[in-house]
Amino acid sequence: MPELSPAAWSAIALSFKVAAVATLWGVPVATALALLLARGRFPGKALLDGLIHLPLVLPPVVTGYALLLLLGRKGPIGAFLDQQFGIVFAFRWTGAVVAAVVMALPIIVRAIRLSIEAVDVRLEQASGTLGAGRVATFFLVTLPLSLPGILAGATLGFAKALGEFGATITFVSNIPGETRTIASAIYTASQTPDGDAEALALSAVAAVLGLIALVASELLARRARGALS
Amino acid sequence: MIDVDIRQRLGDFSLDLRFTGGAGVTALFGPSGSGKSSVIKAIAGLTRLDAGRIVVGDIVLADDGRHTPPHRRRIGVVFQEARLLPHLSVRSNLRFGRLFTPQAERRIAEGPVIDTLGIGHLLTRRPATLSGGEQQRVALGRALLASPRLLLMDEPLAALDEARRREILPLIETLRDEFAIPIVYVSHAVEEVARLAAKVVVLEAGKVAREGSPADVFRTATDRFEIVSVVAGRLGAPDDDFRLTPVETPAGPIWLNGLAGPVGRPVRVLVHATDVALSLARPDGLSIRTVLSGTIAGVSGGDGPAVTVDLALEGGDRLAASVTRRSAVELDLTPGRSVFALVKAAALDERPV
Repeated sequence: MPELSPAAWSAIALSFKVAAVATLWGVPVATALALLLARGRFPGKALLDGLIHLPLVLPPVVTGYALLLLLGRKGPIGAFLDQQFGIVFAFRWTGAVVAAVVMALPIIVRAIRLSIEAVDVRLEQASGTLGAGRVATFFLVTLPLSLPGILAGATLGFAKALGEFGATITFVSNIPGETRTIASAIYTASQTPDGDAEALALSAVAAVLGLIALVASELLARRARGALS
Repeated sequence: MIDVDIRQRLGDFSLDLRFTGGAGVTALFGPSGSGKSSVIKAIAGLTRLDAGRIVVGDIVLADDGRHTPPHRRRIGVVFQEARLLPHLSVRSNLRFGRLFTPQAERRIAEGPVIDTLGIGHLLTRRPATLSGGEQQRVALGRALLASPRLLLMDEPLAALDEARRREILPLIETLRDEFAIPIVYVSHAVEEVARLAAKVVVLEAGKVAREGSPADVFRTATDRFEIVSVVAGRLGAPDDDFRLTPVETPAGPIWLNGLAGPVGRPVRVLVHATDVALSLARPDGLSIRTVLSGTIAGVSGGDGPAVTVDLALEGGDRLAASVTRRSAVELDLTPGRSVFALVKAAALDERPV
């Protein structure tokens, strides 16, 4: 295996940082959305469902471009955040996190939603008759019983965030040390003469990491299911 | 103590009923689809009333559109399936309701409940590792330990086999007496209802068909196979040689197969009208040993081949006998006549009654 350059290591480290932060933010958001979709009854539910899943079917470039238009320094949300709170996403690693969250959300929401839907409503009713209100029932019954799905969703989301490319490069570009993730680094290497070895090595790293995440997701889910029965 | 007045449309079905209940067990009795479980759900607050009122003690839980959500009703429910929380230990399941019970309202202590139900050795186990009977005992304890104002039981024994039922029914009886919580008990088993209930409300198609004491309600069924009399007595000294136990009643002993329990314990014996024969004289040379004396109070059944003879037993209990109309005519079974009722001991339930 060819030696990895310091630049390649920096891309791997950045990818991990982005994916980890994206998972930490994405899972609670996805859990709330999944609960809304699984148990909520409100107008526009199908639309919300569609919106969450949109990044799955759009060309990633389009998602990245939409983020740039909305969250860029001149975009309506981006300008507001910049002026009011000094928060800037465009061309920062935090922007890569946002892109990763948006791209991973459909997968995470789907996994969590399925496991919330699998929770027996009769157990939630029983919890209610014992005096637990909706919030208490969610945290004491629904959430622990959906844990296998949440863990599976988190690992899948992490893997997705690790490999995100299209939306990231469109939204935050490909700045070494700031926004050059594994995927961007592979792209750069593949476009550079003599970059083949580096591209190949990083591709192998990406494949191994992805595989590890998938296997971990399956094992975690199985273990959590085992703990429940 | 409880006053339930429900009007509710549920798809093709509608409930339109009112009943009241006092201390002890009020049984909702009726065939599947008569609305028993729907009444339980409405009282628990799991469904909303279209109109009506539900009052427990002096607290109004629902009143024409106002609806207290289930978690603020403090009404315990024991469902047909135990519904234990699979991710929690038995101990945590038992303590679940306590978390939400204000300190001042915690009337029921953990120790006595665990002892009564015999679940002390299960506390660290997960629900999935328990048998059906054990799960249901934990479910009973869990509902009780939330110190509810009222306990609802929706066919709690229906999912269990006969042996488990025999084991848990006396526990429910003990809970009823020891912890003094009013209970609404749903069942379609006459034996359970006759044994537990102070009052029976018979539901048919979402309405109250009849209500009253178990003795009154079951004696006045229309189908002769459903007519059941409840005779009260106390266990007498058993005949150890033949393994028989008498239930002493003012009208005479009723012999049960087997050794039923401690002498002096008050019991209720269920007698199906089709298991009773009548004789004008005290019989002789007959295999039947349970002979009760009484007076005919009435004969009903019209022109059909079978009539029901209603006996007032000595001591005041009533006993229904199903006989053919020809027998009634030929023996001149008319109100006021003294007769002997013959009950086949083999037909009686030797399970502790």
